[in-house]
Order: sequence, then C-alpha cells, then structure tokens
Amino acid sequence: MSTETALLETGLRESTLFRFATAGSVDDGKSTLVGRLLHDSKAILADQLDAVARTSADRGFGGAGATGSQAIDLALLTDGLRAEREQGITIDVAYRYFATDRRSFILADCPGHVQYTKNTVTGASTADAVVVLIDARKGVLEQTRRHLSVLQLLRVAHVIVAVNKIDLVDFSESVFREIETDVQKVARELGLGSDGIADVAVIPVSALDGDNVVDRSDRTPWYSGPALLEVLETLPAADELESHLESFRFPVQLVIRPQGALAPDAVAAGLDVGAYRDYRAYAGQITEGTVKLGDKVTVLSPGHEPRITTVTGIDFAGSELAEATAPQSVAIRLADEIDIARGDTIAAAGTVRESSADLYAALCWLSPKPLREGAKVLVKHGTRTVQALVRNVTGKLDLATFNVEAASSLELNDIGNAQLRLAAPLPLENYLHHRRTGAFLVIDPVDGNTLAAGLVKDHPGDHEDERYVI
Amino acid sequence: MSTQITNEDLELSVLETDAAETPTAAQALRSARLSSLDTLESEAIHIIREVVAEFEKPALLFSGGKDSVVMLHLATKAFWPGKVPFPVLHVDTGHNFPEVIDFRDRTVERLGLKLVVGSVQEFIDRGELAERADGTRNPLQTVPLLDAIQRNKFDAVFGGGRRDEDKARAKERILSLRDEFGQWDPRNQRPELWNLYNGRHTVGQHVRAFPISNWTELDVWRYIEREGVELPGLYYAHEREVYERDGMWRAVGEVSMPKPHEEVVTKLVRYRTVGDMSCTGAVVSDARTVADVVVEVAASTLTERGATRADDRISEAAMEDRKKDGYF
Repeated sequence: MSTETALLETGLRESTLFRFATAGSVDDGKSTLVGRLLHDSKAILADQLDAVARTSADRGFGGAGATGSQAIDLALLTDGLRAEREQGITIDVAYRYFATDRRSFILADCPGHVQYTKNTVTGASTADAVVVLIDARKGVLEQTRRHLSVLQLLRVAHVIVAVNKIDLVDFSESVFREIETDVQKVARELGLGSDGIADVAVIPVSALDGDNVVDRSDRTPWYSGPALLEVLETLPAADELESHLESFRFPVQLVIRPQGALAPDAVAAGLDVGAYRDYRAYAGQITEGTVKLGDKVTVLSPGHEPRITTVTGIDFAGSELAEATAPQSVAIRLADEIDIARGDTIAAAGTVRESSADLYAALCWLSPKPLREGAKVLVKHGTRTVQALVRNVTGKLDLATFNVEAASSLELNDIGNAQLRLAAPLPLENYLHHRRTGAFLVIDPVDGNTLAAGLVKDHPGDHEDERYVI
Repeated sequence: MSTQITNEDLELSVLETDAAETPTAAQALRSARLSSLDTLESEAIHIIREVVAEFEKPALLFSGGKDSVVMLHLATKAFWPGKVPFPVLHVDTGHNFPEVIDFRDRTVERLGLKLVVGSVQEFIDRGELAERADGTRNPLQTVPLLDAIQRNKFDAVFGGGRRDEDKARAKERILSLRDEFGQWDPRNQRPELWNLYNGRHTVGQHVRAFPISNWTELDVWRYIEREGVELPGLYYAHEREVYERDGMWRAVGEVSMPKPHEEVVTKLVRYRTVGDMSCTGAVVSDARTVADVVVEVAASTLTERGATRADDRISEAAMEDRKKDGYF
C-alpha cells in the first residue's frame, strides 16, 4: 500500500490515539528527527513544505546540488516561534500530529536545553512513550541521565533511545553497541525496565537521511530491530497496560442539576421534562478503571466519613451506558441522595485508603522561585485545590549518582522529596500504582503559577499499600 | 509485555460475559481502548467542565465556523440535559457571509443561548479602528474582542483553536493565560501536566481555553460526520461566482468586489474556513456531503489556512504576532 493510500484510509477508519514525547540535548538533531517523522509519514502538507524549502534555500541549506528532502532543513518544520527561527533553537514544548494506517499520534516535542526538566516532565506526564535522543558522536551525557531519571520517576511506560547521527560515525556497529551498553547500564541503575515499568529500546538512526526512522535502513545491516515508527506503532498504550490492575477512580468536576433549565434542543428532541425535573448527576472524567451499573462505590469528601452507595446511572449526553472506562467523560447517578460536590472522589468500594492531610511526595521543581521549608503553597489534586504548608524538604536527587542527598530547599530543575501538611485531607494514592490520583500540582498562591509536578509517595513506615482499605 | 490476549484474559471475559456473546480476542482488545475520536471528545468535555467549574464567567467564541460549531456541540454534550451554562461571543468583522450569520442566529435560538456581539464596524465608525490598506478585517478583531471581554467581565474565553493549524498555535497551552492587554507571552507559559489544568489568574488577567487543541482538521470533520453536526452550507460544494486573486478563489460580494481585470466565473466551490469574506478563499471542490469532505480533507495536500487565508500568508510569523497582541 502506498503511503498516500494508507493516509487516506487512516482518515476514514477508526484508529486509536498514541501520545509520545521526544527529549534530547542541545544539537542532537531532535527537531530534525521530528521533522523527518512528519515528512516521511506524509504529515507535512505541500504549502508547509514549500515555505520550509524557500527558507532552506535562502539559508543555503544542504549545499549546491542537494535535492529532495536533502535540500530541506527539516528542523524548520517544527520551530514555531520567531525567536526560535532566528536563534535556531527550540524554546517550548510543541505539539505535532500525524497518523499512519495503524494509529493517530500526538507528539510532544520537548526542547533539551532551556528548562529541560520542566519540558520533559510536561511532555512525559501525558505520554505513552518517550523517545530520548543521543548524538552517536557524544554518547550518554549527563543530560541523558537526567532525562532517563525523570522518565523513571514519572513511570513512563516505554522509553525508546534513538542513537542519532549514526551516519556521522560511519554507521559503526561498535560505536552503537558501546552506547547501547551504557544506556542499559543507566537503565539498570535507575531501575528502568527491571520491574516491568518501562522497557528500553535502543535504535540507531540518522534523522538527516532517514535511516531507521520510518523504514529500516540497509546501511545498518548489523541492526536487526525495528525502525522507530514501527516501534511507536506497535507498543501498547499506557491505558492498555494499566487495564489489568485498575480500580475505578472518578474525581467529581461538577454536579449536573438543571432543575428548570433543561437544554431547549434536548426538549425539542423529545426529552421527558417531568422525568428530568429532579435529575442530579456527577460529571467527571474517569481517571482509572471501569464502572458498571449496579457497582458499589465509595464517596470520599473531606469532613465526611466515606460513604458507600450504588451506581444507578451512567449518562453520556442522552445515552445511558451499562459501563464506562477511563478516560471517558460521563455523568454518574447514585442510589442515595448524598451531598456531593466538586472535588469529591467516587471510587470502587473497598479499593481506596483513608484520605490524609499528610502528604509525602517527590517534587519536580519547575519554577525559578526556589522551594523553602515553611512555604505556603496550593496543592491541586484531581478536582480539588487545597492550601498546604511545606514542612520539610527531605532530600534531593543527585543526578550524577542517582543518590538522594540531604537538602533543605529545591531549585529550578531539581527533583527532591518533601513532606507537606494539607489544610484538608485528600484521597492520596501512591503514584507508582496510580498515575492520575497519585499526581498533583504545586501552585504559587500569590501569582498562580505552577511551581512543581508532585508525585505521591507512601508514608514512611507504611508497609502495606492497602492497609486502610475502605 | 505484550499486546496479545492470553488464555487467562479470555477465561476472565468468558466468565463475565453472557455465554452467547463470548467476545473474540480482537473484540476484547478493541473494547479495551477508546477510538481516537472518543478519546479526544472526552478530553475536550473534561476541559470544558473544568473551566466552567473553576471560572466565574466563561464565554465561548462563536463565529459559525466549523471549529466553534464543534465546540458548542461538545458543550451541549458536557452539560446534558442542562443548558450550556455560558453565553457565546461573536466578533463580527462586518465582512460576513450572510448564510453564516443566519446560521449563527438559528443556533443561538435553538440552544437558548445569550449572544454577545463585538462589532469591528462600530469601532471603525467611531474612529477607534482604521480600515487596513489590504481591506482584510481579521486582524482588526482583536480590539473588539478585548473590549467585549472587559465589558462583560469574562474571565475565561473558549476558542476552537487547534494546534495543527499553525506553528505558533502548536506551542500554546490548552489554558492560555492572557494579561490585561490580552497578550500571549509564549516564553513564559505554565507547564501543563497530566490532566490537571491550572487556571489561576489575577484581577485583569483572563484565560483562553482551547479544548480541541489536540484535534486535527480531519478529526473535526470525522466528528462532524459521526455526530451529524449541522454546519453553514458554504462548507459544502455549491455553485458560486468567484474570481482569482493571489492564487485563491474569492467570492463576489459587497465587500469583495473583483477589480476590472479580474474575470468573474461560476465554479463549484466550497470553503474550508469561514471568516472575513474579503480575504477568505474558496477551494474548487465537488464535495457536496460531509462524507465527501472527509475524503477530500484526508487526501488534501494543503493546510486549510495555507489554502484559504490570505492574512496568514503575509509573513511566516503572522499568527504568532497576532496572538501576542491578544488575537484568538
């Protein structure tokens, strides 16, 4: 099948979504790799290519006699802002879209040198996979170790290492094998791959020439693995992997209670006004697991004992569903009239712990304003935002040794551990097992900026994760 | 780690399912994942509900264009069976396709919404805006937009912007903070983590929310087809009097008259975007139905803005510059 036909069929067929991010260091050719993926998967349309070709020619890219994609600076396809084009750098996370006949992809292109932790954490937080670039001439750098440690911390399901510019080391197998060994060594040190959290694939590529990007290259006969795009097309997405250990979690966004104010279009279409006069449902997005009609659920609200009730309806815009699964947005009706508001959580009964106001967490510090002990911050968890006091910083990750060192503050790009006291208890869960209900934001109460990405850890002294099951 | 269904999984599903409907391995796998459209729809509804829950006074930018129509459709689904709990805001260039204004008014009526209009013409009449030399009014929308936001004290404004539209939009957050002047600062954006959106803002600031950021043009059309969403008729192939300018087909109209040397012809055309009639071009097309359009868009070799928006061709950074000044 030609790529054009494949593209056309993709457009007409139901496909699934796969989100991935790219992370790299300065000048390792990440923009070129992204440009190559987009170009070779025909995601670049003619007018975009024309604009890039004109700019490439103006700048003399590829030299005299260069033709086709050789004459185009593919990096220009992804640099979005004027300052980026002027300075030849990438400033901020950019999102790209392309599709093959198997999948629709959302690519978060994360720049390496400016605020790299912020960008990598941002891209990785929603990614099913992350592609880390290494320059074949430079091998594993400190920044590679930093990237991999962030990915390990965020429990990204799949890590792919693209050893780029393999053409500049004459397609040398020994250079590639040496880097591959180093990567696996770092992965082992970090615990990537050892506990089934992430597997690491290492691929030799030339983004400039296209080797092993979309198609396997005959210039790397010693490499028998798949090309990068093949890997991306076949890896299971994070929600497929999580499906076997999931329990239903549903942070309530708002209560739908129209009373008199029913939608006129729904009424015109025959909605039974009398039957919906007392309609009350809890709207939200399922963050994890599946819910079925008749399921017993626990409602967690601060200031209330956990309450057990039964699911009597799962509504989606006029359709009544028998079951719904993450990440569906639905509205849930419950058997008992209980007071439920935004910020409460509905969860499968018997699977959650008591809410807690003591928060032990790993923090990725994303702000130039450092974290100090005693600071007052806001914590946004699920659909609830509460005030919090930073009681102490208990350590900081040394990215050279991967050891946790003593620290009393966290600066931009630091990853550390801290203990916070919350103004109201939250249904906190260990991030290791719950990527959504184990995640939170730290927000500056003064200017509203996001200060950190937080990952909930178990309380020290907890042995059994399920000790306080309710 | 493997995508294959194991015997264990199959046994489990046999146990849980009516024996007559035992799913095959392929069905079990498919039901485990939502389609990309369902995933995008749920993401958009989640964002719309977050904004309504966290802001005092949101509004939705509604031009009658397909992206804003899809946004409004998503909002009706998010709050069903309740009414959409916010007004719609139209920044009217005065250079409208009459059928689009008609569509706008019918939609607002059908859904029982309040319509707020910011008028470019009124600003020009009062001398607060000047007509541009090239005649296009798309860039002039910024001033009436900010005026309407301030006058109505909107603290969040939904837009149908998509990241696949433009290189600057590709870098904008789903919740995009704007200062007192509506300006976007691309170098100082908040990180957007997981599905936790931070919409905190200070007095004077507001937020632009883009729930369909992650949709492509093709996603929008496939969704319109799937949901049976009604659009203004000019999105579908129809006969129209047009003339060629800057490589685009322009409609003959009050604000878009051909120059003497520009020959008027009747062609079968449709629009991929609707906006200022004087600078929006039609494409030659025989796609008369939504299914035809889906096929056409899937096979297209030009972006919708490149094909039909003269104002985006002005410079490589056209969109970036307008966004920094407070544009959508």
